[in-house]
Amino acid sequence: MSSINYAEKIPNNVNLSEDRKLQRALESWQPHYIDWWKEMGPEGTSTSEIYLRTAISAEPDGWAQFGHVKMEDYRWGIFLAPPEKDRKVNFGAHKGEAAWQEVPGEYRSMLRRLITVQGDTEPASVEQQRLLGKCCPSLYDLRNLFQVNVEEGRHLWAMVYLLHAHFGKDGREEAEEMLARRSGDADKPRILGAFNEKTADWLAFFMFTFITDRDGKYQLCALAESGFDPLSRSCRFMLTEEAHHMFVGESGVGRIIERACQVMKENRTDDVRKFGVIDLPTIQRYLNFHYSVTSDLYGAEVSTNAATSYNMGIKGRYEETKIGDDHQLENTTYSVLHPVNGGFQAIEVPALNALNERLRLDWAEDVAKGVERWNKIIAKHGIDFKLTLPHLAFNRAIGHFSDIAVDPSGKVISTEEFARRRDEWLPSESDLAYVLSLMGSAVTKPGQFANWIAPPARGINNQAVDFDYVRFA
Amino acid sequence: MELKRQHLIDPVVCIRCNTCEEACPVDAITHDGTNYVVSFDKCTGCRTCVSPCPTGAIDNWLLVDQPWSIDDQFGWDELPLGQTGPGPAEPAPLPPGEVSDLLAAATSTTGPSVPPPASASKPYFNLYSRDKPVTARVAGNMRITGEGAESDIHHVVLDFSHNAFPFLEGQSIGIVPPGVDAKGRAHNIRLYSIASPREGERSGCNNLALTVKRVAGGVGSNYVCDLKKGDEVSVAGPFGQAFLMPDDPHANIIMICTGTGSAPFRAFTERRRRNAADAPGKLMLFFGARTPEELPYFGPLMKLPKSLIDVNLAFSRVADQPKQYVQDKLRERADDLAALLASPQTHIFICGLKGMEQGSDEAFADICRLHGLDWAGLRPKMREEGRYHVETY
Repeated sequence: MSSINYAEKIPNNVNLSEDRKLQRALESWQPHYIDWWKEMGPEGTSTSEIYLRTAISAEPDGWAQFGHVKMEDYRWGIFLAPPEKDRKVNFGAHKGEAAWQEVPGEYRSMLRRLITVQGDTEPASVEQQRLLGKCCPSLYDLRNLFQVNVEEGRHLWAMVYLLHAHFGKDGREEAEEMLARRSGDADKPRILGAFNEKTADWLAFFMFTFITDRDGKYQLCALAESGFDPLSRSCRFMLTEEAHHMFVGESGVGRIIERACQVMKENRTDDVRKFGVIDLPTIQRYLNFHYSVTSDLYGAEVSTNAATSYNMGIKGRYEETKIGDDHQLENTTYSVLHPVNGGFQAIEVPALNALNERLRLDWAEDVAKGVERWNKIIAKHGIDFKLTLPHLAFNRAIGHFSDIAVDPSGKVISTEEFARRRDEWLPSESDLAYVLSLMGSAVTKPGQFANWIAPPARGINNQAVDFDYVRFA
Repeated sequence: MELKRQHLIDPVVCIRCNTCEEACPVDAITHDGTNYVVSFDKCTGCRTCVSPCPTGAIDNWLLVDQPWSIDDQFGWDELPLGQTGPGPAEPAPLPPGEVSDLLAAATSTTGPSVPPPASASKPYFNLYSRDKPVTARVAGNMRITGEGAESDIHHVVLDFSHNAFPFLEGQSIGIVPPGVDAKGRAHNIRLYSIASPREGERSGCNNLALTVKRVAGGVGSNYVCDLKKGDEVSVAGPFGQAFLMPDDPHANIIMICTGTGSAPFRAFTERRRRNAADAPGKLMLFFGARTPEELPYFGPLMKLPKSLIDVNLAFSRVADQPKQYVQDKLRERADDLAALLASPQTHIFICGLKGMEQGSDEAFADICRLHGLDWAGLRPKMREEGRYHVETY
């Protein structure tokens, strides 16, 4: 059954009404969630009507509808992808067994932790982005921001459902904690570092959705392979929504690049700041920052935790079932770059221990393709500039590169030199202040765009670019 | 020339997220290191991949005489818009004589050389003929006149699947009823105005609707009105190069019709509603029927916002009410019409029974006289500028 029942208090396609205890527990969590949304969701939007996409079915065929709704009226709910008949555990020690519909007792704490960490990132990013609406560059962008926000909210629901349905009292407590933590809060920060950074401007938001939400995609892909079937089905449906977030990021940065190139060409200058536009070197420094901070989210390059969760059948590799090996990896090695004597050396390590790194490299390859598409925009304008991704060891705080200083090209340097030259590679105070200075008052007339960004190639859901994507009360 | 409708992915907009490839039920979508592409041979046009696509890149349907191969698509930086495939485009054939005769009769008032509105999109025409028709499947057929109404008018939706059938609002299609006449000859072709906007009944659908009135003993109209869902129909067309909707949002459009003559105006109105609902140009509709029950699309028409369209209905057979015809309604709105007639942005379209032409013409003459305008001079000027169009039967 995958059609979504919107008649219930919590829209769902998991037959929630057949489990009264669970339904009551979730219905008692719901007002807390709404309170959190009112306090920490997008600021000052309670009366606006947003042209949002709402899931109406978990089947790919016609799964969403578009219409103007108030965000607080958005129907957050619990949607799982349709079950796969006779699904098996596809990797690890349990490979070939029937996929689990309930949590195996011995894996309970590991699974709970994974779900909690994933779930915690969702409200965190809403909190990080809550002030962006006040300086939106257009109604089109404002709508995209809000769509991302409500979907992050829904992803929290997806993880909370799993905690409530499968982890009893512990799960319910974790669900409450998700609403108690706050991004960047000194006393109760969010679990992962990247989710405590500020998202103060739209370039940061676009970089975040392009790079960090892509980490989300790869983590979800790994969890979608899980032998724990409810987690797999939850993540599969979330992935469909996650793709939109990456689109917002990629096209957003692409449009900032497009505008920079236009102004460079029109005025025959690289110095576009005096025209109120973000210059390409600043975009490069933002890219370096978000890429390196997000790299840390994958954890240590060599990790026994990753090996354990793989062996248990809980978290797989990206596109696990498409990989042509034994899916147990007990006798396989994987080449991992290590810092060695002031340089780098690829060292073979047991493949099970290198799973974090493998997932990171899958993600890095995907990011690189997106950056190449940005470079095509620059090349189309005949401008001699290429955005590049920094070396994986650059500006790392986690893993075995965190103890060394490396420049973006991968040259190992002294920590003093790194400190001295930091502002060449990462956004400086003045970069951040300049970009923030462009974030003036919100552009709220349909079809109008802030000076520093080009309009999109097409509107949402075949609507015109000058459609009223947000209606203010 | 036989055009096909090819499903393609816009490489400029696509973010290579793999959602479409996951969604496709027939594995028509694949990718390499650069692009996501659609196999023409495998794609059934089911649109399952369209809804989940986060970018809209998936929703591109180009008309081709030779489909682009997967390898062609892998090499693209952008869609080859304006090309009809890897080979040279073929010229369009001339319309068959029988269609020319029908169109000439319908547009006899304005004559053969009337140009289309300056801002109208460029139409495709005569892509399919009686001898080389395209097959459409009936997606729906419903009676749209009230139960007690004497006239039986049907809304028939034809779906072209992955066959290309590009049309514009105002064009018509040809249908030849199957079988032979009393003399053993194949039936004449019948032309029906298209009642849908160019994107189809729902945006992105490759379908169109007709508004057909059943005529007692009429071979063509009975054939169409009796079609069942799933039936296959051979279609010629699209036809018509002048009676086309101006695409300019500043264009004022005065539409005058009776009965099934409303079909093109349903298309005009829906086009404006979907694409430029807040357009500065005004839409005015003067629609005549015997009773509200006999007025096709009466319900939906009443639901349209006044900001979109100014609707004026004239009923000639409502009990206890004086008979009213479209010309009476035109005179009632003389002040507003005079203001529009004075603008070079105004277009007039008349469609329906021949009998209303003269009445409308006289009404415009009276309105102009009262407001210091010269209809005798204005009408030919509007005609020459592609702003005055008549199709009557």
